Amino acid sequence: MKYDKDSYKQVVDEYTPKNKMLKNCVWAFIFGGAICLLGEIIKNVLMSGFNIAEQDAGPMSSVILIALSALLTGLGWYDKLGKIGGAGTVVPITGFANSVVSPALEYKREGYILGTASNIFKLAGPVLVFGYFSSFIVGVLSLLFS
Amino acid sequence: MKKIGKQTFSIKDDVFVRSTFTIAGKKEGEGPLGKEFDMVVEDDLWGEKSWEKCELKFQKEAVKNLMDKNNLMKEDIDLLISGDLLNQIASSSFAARDLQLPYIGVYGACSTMALTLGLGSLIIDGGFANNVICATSSHFCSAERQYRLPLEMGGQRHMSAQWTVTGAGAVWLSNSGSGPRIKNVTFGKIQDLGVKDANNMGAAMAPAAYDSLRQHLEDTGIDYDLIVTGDLGTVGKSIVNKMFNEDSSSIEKKYDDCGTIIYDIDKQDVHAGGSGCGCSATVFGAFLYKKLLNREINRLLFTSTGALHSPTSTLQGESIPGIAHCIGIEM
Repeated sequence: MKYDKDSYKQVVDEYTPKNKMLKNCVWAFIFGGAICLLGEIIKNVLMSGFNIAEQDAGPMSSVILIALSALLTGLGWYDKLGKIGGAGTVVPITGFANSVVSPALEYKREGYILGTASNIFKLAGPVLVFGYFSSFIVGVLSLLFS
Repeated sequence: MKKIGKQTFSIKDDVFVRSTFTIAGKKEGEGPLGKEFDMVVEDDLWGEKSWEKCELKFQKEAVKNLMDKNNLMKEDIDLLISGDLLNQIASSSFAARDLQLPYIGVYGACSTMALTLGLGSLIIDGGFANNVICATSSHFCSAERQYRLPLEMGGQRHMSAQWTVTGAGAVWLSNSGSGPRIKNVTFGKIQDLGVKDANNMGAAMAPAAYDSLRQHLEDTGIDYDLIVTGDLGTVGKSIVNKMFNEDSSSIEKKYDDCGTIIYDIDKQDVHAGGSGCGCSATVFGAFLYKKLLNREINRLLFTSTGALHSPTSTLQGESIPGIAHCIGIEM
């Protein structure tokens, strides 16, 4: 072969189409912002319409967003939003819900125990592991410095 | 010995490509070859309970319909050679379970169509069989699931990523009759130039395609009317062109790739083009074979390309080994 790994890498870089960074950033900003705005609206409605205290309305709006995202994933719409929104739909809590529901749906055909239940955290698992680990570190630090 | 040059097996007896049958999915049916396929299935489950069951139905129905179309009985077929992308080539073996034909299952990833045609030709030329059916299939959903992420996971596909073709193709090879003949077969060497990005398969397989094509052309000295690779897509196709141009032996005017033929790249949102075993199988059966029959072309070099990695090897940081097998067919 006339190329080696290094020279071929240059060829590949030259011929591989680049992702449209600016366009992706703008859409991610719009979608991510819209999801957060929706969360704020839900929170305010809960506070003013249902007389729920702010400290309870926050978590409740998160739960509503999660349920909404799970529903949209089940209906097959969230992946279509994700295609345009990119990181804007992945980073908010709705993206996390999507990453739990999508494998749950996908593995249903292998049964509820060995399929859905054992694969449900296939994508979200690392987030949970590092989430728990970092909260452990923060806990230790706050113990040491308080 | 029937070997010519360094790597090519010359088929001395007649091995006719007697007939083909292709089944394609909805998206493929909406593409430029939509009307050419023998059958288009709109439902991505085709009435089955899972995508895997659907894929094996694609393959089984392709073989069954090929036999019905040509009034072939089970006893007429000496051998079925097939393969697919799924773990343990499940689609092929389960289809063969129902078909009850003597069966050899092979794995060549997306190079399977050319691999099975090559093996079938050698077996017929060796006098071991009169009639062989070669078949393969792939399904977008079952492939995504095995190699990538769950379908409902929201995210963006890379611009160099390719779209796995939902489809199956079956080809009947025979030592009697008429039609296009397989004349030369080159089994490729694995080429791996260190591409690790599973979203850039075209670039990973292009060196293998170049190497096998160059060797086949050197061994046979044939001036082909059309040279077609399996599923390099837009990225791999440009790289192959670049490599031949550098040798001052440009093939650009008579070269195309099944991954860019099967979809309308600009309109169908498939990024770099089609891929999967079904890509070269359906394009060969529905399009290239007919070109030979109509004598639009007389000499076709059909080369399926495969990426021989596994999801595990990718996770362990291995690069993607590419392979390409060339089948020289003359009318």
